[in-house]
Amino acid sequence: MTYINKPKLAHPNAAVNELGYTRRYYEGAVSTLCAGCGHDSISSAIIQAFFELSVEPHRVAKLSGIGCSSKTPTYFLGSSHGLNSVHGRMPSVLTGANLANRDLLYLGVSGDGDSASIGLGQFAHALRRGVNMLYVVENNGVYGLTKGQFSATADSGSKSKRGVVNTDSSIDLVGLALQLGATFVARSFSGDKTQLVPLIKAAIEHKGAAFIDVVSPCVAFNNHAGSTKSYDYVREHNEVVNRLDFMPLRKEITADYEPGKVENIVQHDGSVIRLHKVDDDYDPYDRIAAMNYLGDHAAKGEVVTGLIYLDREPQDLHANLGTVTAPLNSLNEKELCPGVATLEAINESLR
Amino acid sequence: MKALAAVNDFVVKFANVNGSGSASANALFAKSILRMGVPVSPRNIFPSNIQGLPTWYEVRISGDGWLGRRGGVDLMVAMNPQTWDQDVAEIEPGGYLFYDSTKPMPASKFRDDIHIIGMPLTELCNSTYTDSRQRQLFKNIIYVGALSALLDIDMATMQNLVGEQFRSKEALLQSNIQAMQIGRDYALSEFECPIGLRVERSDAVKDRIFLEGNSAAALGAVYGGASMAAWYPITPSSSLAEAFEIHCNKYRRDPDTGEARFAIIQAEDELASIGMVIGAAWNGARAFTATSGPGISLMQEFLGFAYFAEIPSVIFDVQRGGPSTGMPTRTQQSDLLSCAYASHGDTKHVLLFPEDPKEAFEIGAAAFDLADRLQTPVFVMLDLDIGMNERLCEPLQWDDGRFYDRGKIMTREMFERGDSFGRYLDVDTDGIPYRTYPGTHPTEGAYFTRGTTKDQYAKYSEAGPDYIENMQRLLRKFETAKELIPQPVQRWTDPPAKIGVIYYGSTAPAMDEAFEALESGGISTDGLRIRAFPFSDKVDDFISSHAHVFVVEQNRDGQMRTLLINECGVDPAHLTAVLHYEGTPITARFIASEIVQHLVSTTGSGLKSATST
Repeated sequence: MTYINKPKLAHPNAAVNELGYTRRYYEGAVSTLCAGCGHDSISSAIIQAFFELSVEPHRVAKLSGIGCSSKTPTYFLGSSHGLNSVHGRMPSVLTGANLANRDLLYLGVSGDGDSASIGLGQFAHALRRGVNMLYVVENNGVYGLTKGQFSATADSGSKSKRGVVNTDSSIDLVGLALQLGATFVARSFSGDKTQLVPLIKAAIEHKGAAFIDVVSPCVAFNNHAGSTKSYDYVREHNEVVNRLDFMPLRKEITADYEPGKVENIVQHDGSVIRLHKVDDDYDPYDRIAAMNYLGDHAAKGEVVTGLIYLDREPQDLHANLGTVTAPLNSLNEKELCPGVATLEAINESLR
Repeated sequence: MKALAAVNDFVVKFANVNGSGSASANALFAKSILRMGVPVSPRNIFPSNIQGLPTWYEVRISGDGWLGRRGGVDLMVAMNPQTWDQDVAEIEPGGYLFYDSTKPMPASKFRDDIHIIGMPLTELCNSTYTDSRQRQLFKNIIYVGALSALLDIDMATMQNLVGEQFRSKEALLQSNIQAMQIGRDYALSEFECPIGLRVERSDAVKDRIFLEGNSAAALGAVYGGASMAAWYPITPSSSLAEAFEIHCNKYRRDPDTGEARFAIIQAEDELASIGMVIGAAWNGARAFTATSGPGISLMQEFLGFAYFAEIPSVIFDVQRGGPSTGMPTRTQQSDLLSCAYASHGDTKHVLLFPEDPKEAFEIGAAAFDLADRLQTPVFVMLDLDIGMNERLCEPLQWDDGRFYDRGKIMTREMFERGDSFGRYLDVDTDGIPYRTYPGTHPTEGAYFTRGTTKDQYAKYSEAGPDYIENMQRLLRKFETAKELIPQPVQRWTDPPAKIGVIYYGSTAPAMDEAFEALESGGISTDGLRIRAFPFSDKVDDFISSHAHVFVVEQNRDGQMRTLLINECGVDPAHLTAVLHYEGTPITARFIASEIVQHLVSTTGSGLKSATST
């Protein structure tokens, strides 16, 4: 961690986005995580994504649970409201927040302990309800704040820093997200920002439950030989299926790519996801095939990354509930209270 | 043999088989008497089963308007062979047993100190109906018809009610009326009607209404502006959440588009329920959950979070018998301590105690103002007795000029004009800081809500002084709450009595009756009905003004008494517990007898007459 305070002023020539904000405006407090922590790279990717998308930070609500990963919302989007909830319960708080105001963007940040162990139930139910959000798990396979216990995403056979071999089966959150009906599912690696930033941007714009599992090595407790969540292991076993460019609004597409290797996916709002296929046979619209693909590669010890599944016609919880377009938190007495005359009629019906 | 004789003052109990369609017939019986202007107070007594097992419906008819459970049974309608022995045993000497005599019963199955009214219900039914479901359902209506003759209930009134129920279903209406007539005609021709127990038309009901507390509380949530509810099914609170959905579908849809001005989530568990409520309330919507004791246990960590991070939330706790699964379909007031001090660490929460559906509505609505004003969880402490039984109560009232008190909210305009903001700054010295909703202003007012300690500007801090300042401010806020909560309702005799009785919630109707019983037995008592925690100063005053104070409640450990001792610094010897916790609603007979016995044992005075009501 660093003890140096960030200067408040940005360089006068710093690039600004469409809103006139510099990247610095999207940052938060100085990280207190360990130097080299994968989570800091993810925070940086989140900052980059929101900056490039020109999102007003105050239109974002960032929520988290408990753990190293859940501390990170302090380190980005300093002008956004944040909520650090209780362990494993971010999804329910985010769901309630989303129902109260459908006009904000919801970013849930969690870890593998928070989402795969104590919060596995809430993880599952938020995804199956189709809450419009970006749910990021910063996955390092280990409990950092309590000093190195295995988490539920640790692979069977992987070794702890103290040399203990994990004998439990691991939980693959990507596999679960697919099964549970998330409409945008991706995996990335904290050490591969060129892959991660466009995925975050596409997920933010996705109007449904978007989930990104980011393998994020823990330099303090899980970056040794025998770990399957170390920098070296992930670099050696990263099976990239595709890479994205994300263009927020329909822009002229000029670059030439080898035919069949690139696909432009136009979203409902006019934004475009440009998909660069790395594995020609990988079809990100086939949920069942994606589950098989993940299983095959996991058996070989490979970590599949990229946009794993996309539903181009997502439906979110508000659509399912048929709520009004105005945020519920903006409704007043006139819209909420049925009034005296109705109450008189109710009284009459109860005599 | 003596025969019980009473006009508008007796108890009828129906012993039925769950799932046999008896509920609507029994409700018709109760409502017919109400329509004759005679107060009734019915109670469902049911085990935790769905079909085939015993269920009872106990109706107290009280021309004097006593709505508490009386205890004892004057007329038993014994329709369940499984529970025959216990049902017959429960009848008061000189009382009446009404049963289906189609199959002969051995003489040993009866008592010789009660009056037996056997009617071949199955035979009558089978000779009229061929369909098996009809045979089942109309048997219930036939006995209601017979009771109309036996108890002198006005047949036209009963027919009108059936008419209202089946307004658009003429065939059903006619067959119901026919079944009722079959029962009535048989009773008139075979028995001496009426029996000693009679209903006589009266005007004691007035404009009062008849509804369940859960439905009333849910309506309170609608009127109080709740737009988000999250819940997990649990008896006896499920019907509150379901009633909210019914009310919302009727009264909360956009008249043009039909879109919902509400969101209701049946969550995966109670943890998620309260989490969603906290999320919605943090984001500026009024939100609530409905649960019972086990749910409260599961919510503890989140409740501490909401207390410490200061997020308004409303929890309707419809209490049942605990601990553990306990008696899930029986009533108790046993969650006081687990709610008042919910969570690890030092916490105190606001509790509200409605006495009936009318207050469940009022307090249910007011809870949202209180939660927003105080930025803290607020518990509405209902119980199964109030929640799941129809109760006669005053009409619900509202004022169209009433505005929601959203509490201290910093708006965009306030930031534009330069107001300063510190999320946990006690600017008004009432312990209540200002908050902002997410998305209020592009550059001002954002902060990080957390369960960890923080300074007055919501910045993470583990510094002792910051922690103390925050915890002390939370206590100041709790003091402020005393002025905002519903004040206790008091009953003072003239001159003031030496004996005071403190009670709350669903004990109220039995207590009202017990006051009169004690009075007529020569024991003068003052009363104080607690309507909220923290305790108003009036509670301290009441206790110190009485030499003997009884605390009447429906749990084993005297939880309200414990709270009083703990929070008001009362000498435990000053407060005598009167405790009823076997799962049935408390009765005036029980309260009066306990108080008298205690007085006799401590003062030696013979005041036994107070127990005979």
